[in-house]
This record gives sequence, C-alpha cells and structure tokens, in this order.
Amino acid sequence: MHLSPDQIIFWQYGFLKLNATIVFTWLLMLVLVVGSRLVTRHLSTDLQRSRWQNCLEIVVLAILKQIEEVGLSNARQFVGFLGTLFLFIALANFCTIFPGYEPPTGSLSTTAALALCVFVAAPLAGIEYQGLRGYLKSYLEPTFIMLPFNIISEISRTLALAVRLFGNIMSGSMIVAILLTITPFLFPIVMSLLGLLTGMVQAYIFSILAAVYLAAAMQSNPHEPPKKMAS
Amino acid sequence: MDSTTIIAMVSIITAGITTCLGVLGPALGEGRAVAAALTSLAQQPDASATITRTLFVGLAMIESTAIYSFVVSMILIFANPFWNHFIDLAAGK
Repeated sequence: MHLSPDQIIFWQYGFLKLNATIVFTWLLMLVLVVGSRLVTRHLSTDLQRSRWQNCLEIVVLAILKQIEEVGLSNARQFVGFLGTLFLFIALANFCTIFPGYEPPTGSLSTTAALALCVFVAAPLAGIEYQGLRGYLKSYLEPTFIMLPFNIISEISRTLALAVRLFGNIMSGSMIVAILLTITPFLFPIVMSLLGLLTGMVQAYIFSILAAVYLAAAMQSNPHEPPKKMAS
Repeated sequence: MDSTTIIAMVSIITAGITTCLGVLGPALGEGRAVAAALTSLAQQPDASATITRTLFVGLAMIESTAIYSFVVSMILIFANPFWNHFIDLAAGK
C-alpha cells in the first residue's frame, strides 16, 4: 500500500522521475485542453449550436454564478483561474471511476502547488484593487499588533487548503485499499461512491475558498473611507 | 523492550488517540453547525442557497481539523521518521 501516487514510478533516468502524479496530471491537462479546444473551435452565437457548446456554456455560466454569489465583484476576471481550479480538481477526483487511475490530488505536491497558486493570486488581486499601500495596510488591521497573526493566517490557510484536499482524497483511496483487503466484494464500491461525492465537494470547496480569499484580499478597508477620498 | 518496539507501540497508541480525539471534536462541531443551518433553513427557506453554501464552506473548515488528525495518524503509522530511522539502523545501512 502506498500513501501517495508519488511512489508509483513509471520511468526513471538519474534523478528525473516520472511518477504517477505527473503522468496523470499531464493526462488530465491534455483532456481539459484538447477538449475545450475542440468545443470552442466552432463557436456560434445563433440558435443553432452544438451540444458540446451548450454543455460548456452551462458549466462556465454555473461557475460564473457561483463566483458572483461569493461576493467577488467582477467574476469574469477570475473565472479563468477559479474555473480552472474547479474543473481540474473535479476531473481529477471524478476519474477515479477508471481502474488503474490514481488521482493526482491524492499527492501533497499537487495540492500544495494548487494552494500556492491561490497564495500568489490573492495578494496580486489585492494589490491590483487596493494598490500596494492599501493592500499592505490591510495586514495592520485592526491594530499593528495583529501583523504577525495576519501573516500567520495567510500561511496557515494556504497550508489548510493543501492538506484538506490531500487528506480527503488520500483517505478516500486508502480506505478503499484497506477495505479491498478486508471485504473485497461490495463494500469498496459503496465507499468509492462516497469518495466520488467527497471529491466533488472538495473541488467545490477548494474553489469557493479560493474565491473567498480573493474577495477578502480585494475588499477595501471597511473602517476607512474609500481610497480616492482618503488621498 | 528494545527501542524499536517502544517506538512502534507509542506510534500506534498515539495514532489511536489522535484519531479518537480528532474525530470527537469536529463531529460535535459539525453537528452543531448542521443543526443551526437546519434551523435557519426552516425559518428562512428563501435564503437556502446562501445558507447551504456557507454551511458547506464552514463544514470544510471544521472538517479540516479532523483531516489534520487523520494525516498525523497516517504519518505516525506509515511514514514515521523515528521508526524509519531505527529500521535503517537495524538493517545496518
């Protein structure tokens, strides 16, 4: 039994290792990129449109609506980032229905990379909307004593984002592996169905939390008047 | 008892305690959260979308503490650094 798909190594040359995480991430990226490229090749605006375009429009609009409901002011700017996060994690967790597939989200390196993207994106959005000064000032809220705690919260929530996704997916595949040795007939199927459900919920939660963090970074200081009036 | 046995015993016992306490707290917390969400859903069915979304995000936050304990106990059992160190010593590497 292995803890993460990092330990399955397909190909090795010196210190270059091609483990299951990388291979399946590449496969998922290929599916997503080629799929969306195929669908968006012949886009039409009239009533005659392909089924795939309809399907993709439903997905994109649903993501857009969810982002808007979180309170992100201009959702269209972030639908690329947050939608990609959601679609990648959802597909990665959904593909566990295929035998022989190891979800790359069950490896801490993948989830840490995804969380790092959020960790970088939140300050960038904050700086873009409040200016560098305004964003740095938000670390001094409510008083300057809170500065270290604000920094700690920034780091710890990134860690939480990574470990939550990793733990959920890893526990799902591990429980199935343990159950296969104990009751190999029916029970693993039920647990893998439950794993599919938690996978979808975790994809939703990851992107919603990323949206919440972005919204929190963009939000200007509630105790002060807006930037234009202050300066 | 040699040190390997002691480390193995302590690791397993600690993993059990970690899972036990780490499941207890989040379970109580999630119960309270769901109960509160159900009450507010019954009072304001119109706000169901907002309440459900906030509930899910909150549940994920609470659940992450349980996941931490799970990860810690997994590390204790399957990837224990002290255990690996003594196994390497015993193997004479």
